[in-house]
Amino acid sequence: MTLLGSFALWVCWLVGLWAAIVGFSGKWRERPDLTRSLIRSSYAIFGLLLVAALSLWKGLLSHDFNIEYVAAYTSSNLPTYYVVAAFWAGQKGSLLFWAFMLSIFASIAQFTTSRRYADLLPYVAAVTATIVVFFLSAMLFGHENPFERLAFTPADGNGLNPQLQNVAMTIHPPMLYLGYISISIPFAFAVAALLSRRLDTGWLHAIRKWTLVSWFFLSCGITLGMWWAYVELGWGGYWAWDPVENASLLPWLTMTAFLHSVMIQEKRGMLRRWNMTLVIGSFLLSIFGTFITRSGIIASVHSFAQSNVGYFFLAFLVVASIASFTLLYTRWPLLEAEVKLESMLSREAAFLFNNLMLVGIAFSVLWGTLFPILSEWIRGEKITVGPPFFNKVNVPLGILLLMLTGIGPLIAWRKASVSNLRRQFLFPAGLGLLTLIVLLLFGLRDFYVVISLSLAGFVLGTLSQEFYRGTRARHSMYSESYPYALVRLIGRNRRRYGGYIVHLGILCYFVAFCGYAFKTDKEATLKPGDTVQVKSPFGNTYSLTHIGVSQYEALNRVVSAATLDVSRDGKKLGIMKSEKRQHFSEASPGVRKNTFEPSTEVAIRSDLREDLYIVYAGSVDGTEEAVYRITIIPLVWWLWFGGGVLVFGGLVTMWPGGPTARSPRLIGANYGAGLAEAETGAVAG
Amino acid sequence: MSTEASHRRTFLKVGLAVIAGAAFTGPAGASAQQDSLSGEGATGTLRDPYSTGRPLDRVTPADNDATVQRIEHQLKCSCGCNLDIFTCRTTDFTCTTSPRLHKEVVGLLQSGLTEDKVIDQFVVEYGEQALMAPKPVGFNIAGYVVPGAVIAIVGTTLALYLSRRRTVTAAEGITPAPIGHYDRLDATPEELARLRSEVSRDDG
Repeated sequence: MTLLGSFALWVCWLVGLWAAIVGFSGKWRERPDLTRSLIRSSYAIFGLLLVAALSLWKGLLSHDFNIEYVAAYTSSNLPTYYVVAAFWAGQKGSLLFWAFMLSIFASIAQFTTSRRYADLLPYVAAVTATIVVFFLSAMLFGHENPFERLAFTPADGNGLNPQLQNVAMTIHPPMLYLGYISISIPFAFAVAALLSRRLDTGWLHAIRKWTLVSWFFLSCGITLGMWWAYVELGWGGYWAWDPVENASLLPWLTMTAFLHSVMIQEKRGMLRRWNMTLVIGSFLLSIFGTFITRSGIIASVHSFAQSNVGYFFLAFLVVASIASFTLLYTRWPLLEAEVKLESMLSREAAFLFNNLMLVGIAFSVLWGTLFPILSEWIRGEKITVGPPFFNKVNVPLGILLLMLTGIGPLIAWRKASVSNLRRQFLFPAGLGLLTLIVLLLFGLRDFYVVISLSLAGFVLGTLSQEFYRGTRARHSMYSESYPYALVRLIGRNRRRYGGYIVHLGILCYFVAFCGYAFKTDKEATLKPGDTVQVKSPFGNTYSLTHIGVSQYEALNRVVSAATLDVSRDGKKLGIMKSEKRQHFSEASPGVRKNTFEPSTEVAIRSDLREDLYIVYAGSVDGTEEAVYRITIIPLVWWLWFGGGVLVFGGLVTMWPGGPTARSPRLIGANYGAGLAEAETGAVAG
Repeated sequence: MSTEASHRRTFLKVGLAVIAGAAFTGPAGASAQQDSLSGEGATGTLRDPYSTGRPLDRVTPADNDATVQRIEHQLKCSCGCNLDIFTCRTTDFTCTTSPRLHKEVVGLLQSGLTEDKVIDQFVVEYGEQALMAPKPVGFNIAGYVVPGAVIAIVGTTLALYLSRRRTVTAAEGITPAPIGHYDRLDATPEELARLRSEVSRDDG
C-alpha cells in the first residue's frame, strides 16, 4: 500500500503541475479540450489523493509499524478511533490530510458552481491545483512523505500522545484544517475573477456559501480547541494566546470582517477593493498559521516537530503574497466602488468601522505574535509576549468591537435620522444602562468586566429588538402566531437572522471571558478523610473530602484515580474523580513499555454559574496522600453554550435552498424583511 | 550441584511462606484483592507509585498565597514549556524547573522583597525573557502602542476621508444608488399600506 500511496502522490503532483501550467497560461481559452482537461484535473487530483489517503489509513489500521509514520503515532493497543485520527496527528499525515481535503473542496466547487460562472472555473482549477502541488512538494521534496518505510520493523509503535487521546482531538484538528483549507476556494475564485477581469458581484455570489463554510469550520475548530484545552490540558483555562492559537484566530477575524463587508458590496456596490484584499489576506493568513505551526520559528506548546517544511511554507507565503497583491494592483482601477458613502450615520459606516476593528484586532494579534522576533532583530534581546500582553492590548479592542456589534443593526442603510436613532437606541441603551446599574449595585468594580457586561446587555437589547420587531411585523401582516412568525422570520431571511443568532453566541463568549477574570486557584494536600474548603467568587463554599486513590488497568494505560466527596454550602453534590494515566505499549502480552509521562484527567463539575475544576497533581511519597489543585472558574458554561448557539446560527445562515432572485418566495421574504427593516429604520432617512 | 540445591531451598522457602501467608490472612487477602492498594493505615502506599508521576511535596501556605500566585503569573518558566511559573507548576507535574522557581519566588518574598522587586530580581537573574510580557519601556512601548495607534490613525483618516468625499458627492449632486434590498421589494398596495401603518405606528 505504501508503494501505491507514494505512486499516487507522484502522479498527483504531475497532474497538479499540468493543471497549474495550463490554467495560468490561458491557452485553454482557445482550446475547449484543454478547458475540459483542466476541470477534469480537479477530479483526477481528488481521485489520486483519495488513493493516497486510503493507503495511509490502511497502513494505520493494519498496524504496519514498518511505516515510520505508523510507528511514530500509533501502537497496537491504541483504540481504533484514535488510530483513524492519527492520520492528522503528525506533520506528514496532516500535510496529506490538507491536500486531500483541498482536493475534495476543489471538486465540489467545480461540480456545484453554477454554469454562469463557467469562465472562472478553469482559473479556479489552476489555483487549487497550484496549492495542492505546493503541499505535495512539501511532502515529496521536504522529506515529509507519510509512506516512508523504516529499515527495520519495531515490535510496537510509540503510541499517540495521551493529550491527543481525547474525543475533541478526533474532531478539533480536522475542523480547524477544514476551516483553513476551505479558505482556498474563495481565494481561488477571487484570483479567477481578477485574472478574468470579471469583477462584478458574480464571483461574490459564487463564493457566498464557501466563505460561510470556511468561517463555520474555523469557528467550530477554534471552539473545540478551547474545549480540548480546558478538559484535557488541566491548566484551568481555554485560551493562552499561544502563537498557534493566535494563528487560527487571524483568518477567523479577517473572514468575519469579510462576511460583514461583503454585504455592503452586495447591497451598495461599495468596498470592492477591500473585499478582494480581505479574501486574499485570509488565505495568506491561513498559510501563515500553518507556517508558524510547522516551522518552529516561534516557541509554542502546539508546534509540530521542527523540520525543513517551514521553509517551503515561507517560500510559498512570499510567492503567493507577491503574486496575489501584484495581480490585485493591476486590476485596482477596475474595482472602483459603484456608489459613495452617503452618511457617517449609516449602517455602511458602522460596518466599515466594524471591519476596521476586526482587522485591527487581527493586526494586533499578529503584531504581538511577531513582536518577539522583531525585538530580537532590532535589539538582539529575546523577550516573551504572553497572555498579560495580549490581554492588555486586545481587551479594549474587543470591547469596542462588542459595542459595534450592538450599534450596527440599529443604524439604517444609507442615512439615519436623529429621530430614527433615538427610537432605535432607546431600548438597547436602556438595557445596557440597567445592566450597568445592577452590576454596580452588586458591588462589581472590575472596570473591563463591568463595561463588557453592560455592553453585553446593550447588544442583547439590540438583538432582542430586531427579533421582536421582525416577528411582530409578520404577526400583524400574516396573522401568524408569535412563535410561528419567529420561525418564519428566521427561515425567510436566514442570512440576516442567522447572523444575529451568531451574534448571540459571541455575546455568550464575552460573558464567559468576563467570568474568567474571577478565576481562583487553591492547592491542597489531603490524606484520606481530610477535607478542604474553597470559597467561590459567587460566595458559595465548596467542601471537598478526599476518599482515596485507587489504581487499575484500562485498555492501554494504568489509571490512578483520586476521588473526592464534594458538597456545596452543606448540600452534597456527589463524587468527583481526577486521574493520572500512565500509557504503555504492549509489543506482546506482558511485555510493556511506558510510552509517555503520566498525563492528567481533570474532574469538572459545571453549572450556569461556575465550574469546579479539580486536578489530581500526584501523591506524596507514593502514598494515598494526594496533592490537588482546585480551581473555580465562573461562567465557563456560557462559552460552550455560546459555541452551540454560534454553530446553530452558522448552520441557519448556510442552510441550502431558500429564495432566489425574483422568485415569489423572495418577494414575500423581502417584504417581510423589508417591513422589519423599515421598522429598524432603513427607510427612515 | 550446590547451586541447584540452593535454588530448590529458596523455592521451598518462598512456597511455604506464601502458603502460610495465605492461611493466616485468608479473609484479609480477599479484601486486598478487591482494593488494589495494599498499603497500611490511612495513607496506604500505592501499588504502582510511578504511574502517578514523580513524588510531590506537601502544599504549604505559601503555595496558596495570592501575592505568590500573582508574581508567578508574570514570570515565565524556563523549562521551555512557554507557560508562566504558576501554570507550569500546577499543570505540568513532570517539570522540576517550575517548583524550583516557585521556591525562589517564595524565598525572595520571605527575605522581605516587594512584589516588583522580586520580578526585577528574576529579570536580573534570567534576563528580560523571564517576564511573560515585556515591561513597557524603550522599544517595548511600540509593542503596546502600535496596534491601538494604527487603529486610531486609520479610523480617523477613514472618518475624515469619508466625510470629505460625502460632501463632494453632495455638492456634485450625485444621486445615490438605491439599496439592493428595496429595488426588489414588490408588494401590493394593501401590503404597502400596512407597511406604512406599521412604520407610522412605531414612530408614534
